[in-house]
Amino acid sequence: MTAPFFFWFFATLVVLGAVGVVAMRQPVHSALCLLLSFLGVAALFVTLSAEFLAAVQILVYAGGIMVLFLFTIMLVNLRRTAGEPYVHHQAGAALLVAFLLLAVVGGVVVGSSRAGDLADGGRLADASKLSTTTITRTVTQTVDGKKVRTPVTEVVAGNSQAVAWGLYRDYLLPFEVASVFLLVAMIGAVVLGKRTMERVD
Amino acid sequence: MIGVTHYVALSFLLFTIGVTGVLVRRNLLTVLMSIELILNAANLNLIAFSRQLGDLNGQLFAVFVITLAAGEAAIGLAIIISMYRLKGSVNLDDVAELKG
Amino acid sequence: MKAAAILFWIPVFPLIGFLVNGLLYLVSHSKLGGKDAPKGPHGHGDDHGHGDHEEIPFAGVHSVIGPAACALSFLASLLAIAAWWGETHGHESIVATLWTWMPIGENATWFGAKAIAVDAAFRIDALSALMLFFVTLIGTLIHVYSVGYMGHDPGYGRYFSYLNLFMFAMLTLVLGANLPVLFVGWEGVGLCSYLLIGFYWTKTWVADAGKKAFVVNRIGDFGFVLGIFGCFALFGTTDFDRMFALAAADPGRYAAGGLLTAVCLALFIGACGKSAQIPLYVWLPDAMAGPTPVSALIHAATMVTAGVYMVARCNIFFRISHVWAVESANGHPTTGWLLTHDASFVVAVIGGATAFFAATMGLTQNDIKKVLAYSTVSQLGYMFLGCGALAFSAGMFHVFTHSWFKACLFLGAGSVIHALSGEQDMTKMGGLRKLIPHTFLTMFVATIAIAGVPPFAGFFSKDAILGETYAAGYKVLWGFAILTAGLTAFYMFRLMRMTFFGTFRGTPEQLKHVHESPASMTVPLYVLAAGAAFTGFLGIPKFILGSENAVEKFLEPIFVKLPAAFVLEPHELPHSTEWMLLGTSVLVAVFGIALGWSLYSGAFPFSIPSRIASSLGGIYRLVRDKYRVDELYEAVFVNGLIKKGGRFLWEIDARVVDLIPNGAAALALGLSNVSSWFDRTFVDGAVNGVGNVFQAAFRGMHRVQTGRAQNYALTMAVGIFGFVCLYLLLK
Repeated sequence: MTAPFFFWFFATLVVLGAVGVVAMRQPVHSALCLLLSFLGVAALFVTLSAEFLAAVQILVYAGGIMVLFLFTIMLVNLRRTAGEPYVHHQAGAALLVAFLLLAVVGGVVVGSSRAGDLADGGRLADASKLSTTTITRTVTQTVDGKKVRTPVTEVVAGNSQAVAWGLYRDYLLPFEVASVFLLVAMIGAVVLGKRTMERVD
Repeated sequence: MIGVTHYVALSFLLFTIGVTGVLVRRNLLTVLMSIELILNAANLNLIAFSRQLGDLNGQLFAVFVITLAAGEAAIGLAIIISMYRLKGSVNLDDVAELKG
Repeated sequence: MKAAAILFWIPVFPLIGFLVNGLLYLVSHSKLGGKDAPKGPHGHGDDHGHGDHEEIPFAGVHSVIGPAACALSFLASLLAIAAWWGETHGHESIVATLWTWMPIGENATWFGAKAIAVDAAFRIDALSALMLFFVTLIGTLIHVYSVGYMGHDPGYGRYFSYLNLFMFAMLTLVLGANLPVLFVGWEGVGLCSYLLIGFYWTKTWVADAGKKAFVVNRIGDFGFVLGIFGCFALFGTTDFDRMFALAAADPGRYAAGGLLTAVCLALFIGACGKSAQIPLYVWLPDAMAGPTPVSALIHAATMVTAGVYMVARCNIFFRISHVWAVESANGHPTTGWLLTHDASFVVAVIGGATAFFAATMGLTQNDIKKVLAYSTVSQLGYMFLGCGALAFSAGMFHVFTHSWFKACLFLGAGSVIHALSGEQDMTKMGGLRKLIPHTFLTMFVATIAIAGVPPFAGFFSKDAILGETYAAGYKVLWGFAILTAGLTAFYMFRLMRMTFFGTFRGTPEQLKHVHESPASMTVPLYVLAAGAAFTGFLGIPKFILGSENAVEKFLEPIFVKLPAAFVLEPHELPHSTEWMLLGTSVLVAVFGIALGWSLYSGAFPFSIPSRIASSLGGIYRLVRDKYRVDELYEAVFVNGLIKKGGRFLWEIDARVVDLIPNGAAALALGLSNVSSWFDRTFVDGAVNGVGNVFQAAFRGMHRVQTGRAQNYALTMAVGIFGFVCLYLLLK
């Protein structure tokens, strides 16, 4: 089992899942395909030395969002009536546009990866930064009866630690804002979902 | 040799499929799922380049994207619930209030 | 005391009397109507009580203040005359300037006007002294008479206030030192005449009479005002001294082109209105609607003589006009030419015509006051005849004597009416001689005087006029004047005969109440009769006296000396002619008396007069109806001019003049229609058009807004694709 195998395998899963989301008639089937897609993406994250993110992906997406989707599907209780088309009348135009987009950009992307356009030939960089962080701590030692604080640098290993230190050290403000956002979203979802809201005709 | 190009191409393919789903499907839930696909594609792109450059910022950014996606999914689903209560269907064509 | 200081007081005493009487009357009659509905004039058989004044508030005060104001004015006049005589021996005038009334042109840059300032000033000279004397004296006598006559009239206070106001206005007229001040008095007496004629205004015909007097007077006033303007234009001033000095200095310049003649004629029109000459005499007979003392004072003695006074005052203008006219005509001018170029000739002709005309009308009247009214018009004609013959002193002398005997006659007539409880129709009188002896005696004296029997006053003054007329060469006018004298004697004795002689033709009720008037009425009668008897001796003709008589000497200073070229040779008639003229007038008078006496003896209806009347038929009726002049005026002026003319003007106003606003309205309407069409078509069209353009333009785009999010998303996708292509292309 070499690295390319994992990539191709999980990439296929992802694409199959994605196509399944779009193509399935029943929304439940679409949801399950989405789940498959998420799992595939998580695996791909691991191959990219983003272990923490893979875990987060599975926890949040597969464990949270998918559950939400499934609950909603259950609440909405959809039944697709027979004979009714499940794709839009603009599907033709949409597919055309999407295909064009894919062709153009994909062609560019693939084309630019050849002939030595990439600076480093496509070789992946050193992953040490992704897996380790240098942190500085202050250590309190008692020297000659007095507490002396000396900064000590040490290297902490692990992607999760690195991400954590990055979040709390470099991106503290966005982190806090994100948490406020989540709070707002939660409140909004509760308000929107309240059953006692008046019907507005 | 699997380089960043493969990942980028994959993410773009995923993105395209997601866009297709948004444009094509009538069911609002499916549209939302397609939107999650798009976000995933973006995340994949971010992580790929983070690995290539050896920079942690990409991953940190992807964390935020996932956070936002979660919030947005929650809100969207609540809206769908409301819409279902009001309109009795989750068909996007039935919500043409801005028609005209 | 200086004369100038006293002059102010002469009109002011009656003015104070007017204010006091008027205020007391207003206070006591604070609500109009009701208590003071004026009783009818005596001529309607109203029975009235006697001497009981208790219903009339403040009667005692009115009785004292009214005559006292006039008496004080008389005393002030005497003092003023004495002072003036002492200062100037009658040779000059004294002018008392009170204030500058119209300071026009004193500021030289004010419209570039000449300095034509008018002062409020009073003047005393020979002429105004003469007028002052008899106006105030006779006025006082009549005030005293009124106490008895109007004693039980509810409008007693009103009467005396008006009478005092009249005295104030008349004295202002007499004392005026320039034409505007004279005109103020002129207008004032016109107003008082209206107020007093219409004293019993609740009766329509009385009120109409008052209006008629005022309106006809006004017509004359228009001429007078034109004359004043002419004086301003010619002389640049209207002050008598200055005007006459300018005229005397260079008469030819002012007379040239007939300018001065035109001014004289304009002034004379005013005199015609005020002094009841043809054609403006029609108001005087109707003025008898007022109380009899009013007729005596205003329409016999004072107001109507104002015209003569004014002409006599402006004698220099008439003299210049006459000489200019005579000299401008080469050879002997014809009458027609003279009539248009010689103002004094016009005056003489109109005066003579009026005298004769009115005398004929007096022959047929049965109302005692109407006879006297026509007699007044006739005598006024005499005065103007004298002035027209440039015998101004003769004319003024006749004014003087006439005021005495005419006032006496009117007051006597009032006494008769009073005795008969309001009867004025002579056909219902008769045989009153023994019953009211004082009245009879005084009236008889006055009648002889007016008839022109020597040695009473009328003889001297009438003879002076007749002589001067003949001497001036107006022989035809003299003929008419002599005839008029005869007619005057005739109808006056007719009056006496019908009233006092024969048998009483009234009701037994009236006979029971016949009584002589109280002393307040008879004393003035006697005084006036004495004047009628004796004042003639002031004017004994020159050819008898050997030198100028008192009147001529007295009035001589008012005739300003003219340069030699303009001096008229005095007409000297041989003494024999003079005696002949005198004898003729006496004969005519006696003849008239005899005729009148004999024709109206016996019982009513008098046989001979009625036979004459029936045989003359139409002519008699014409004369009796006063030649239908009133009807003529009514048809031509009132109906024709005023009513029809007014109607015509109204039509013009409604059709033509109103076209302008109506047309403007139609134009505005049309314009507004056009503008609204423009607004609708273009402006609204533009606005709507813009809207329509946009609507049409975006109708096609209407389909774009499906309201479906996926359509919009597709659009976005297309856009993104486009951007990507663009980016790649640019790279």
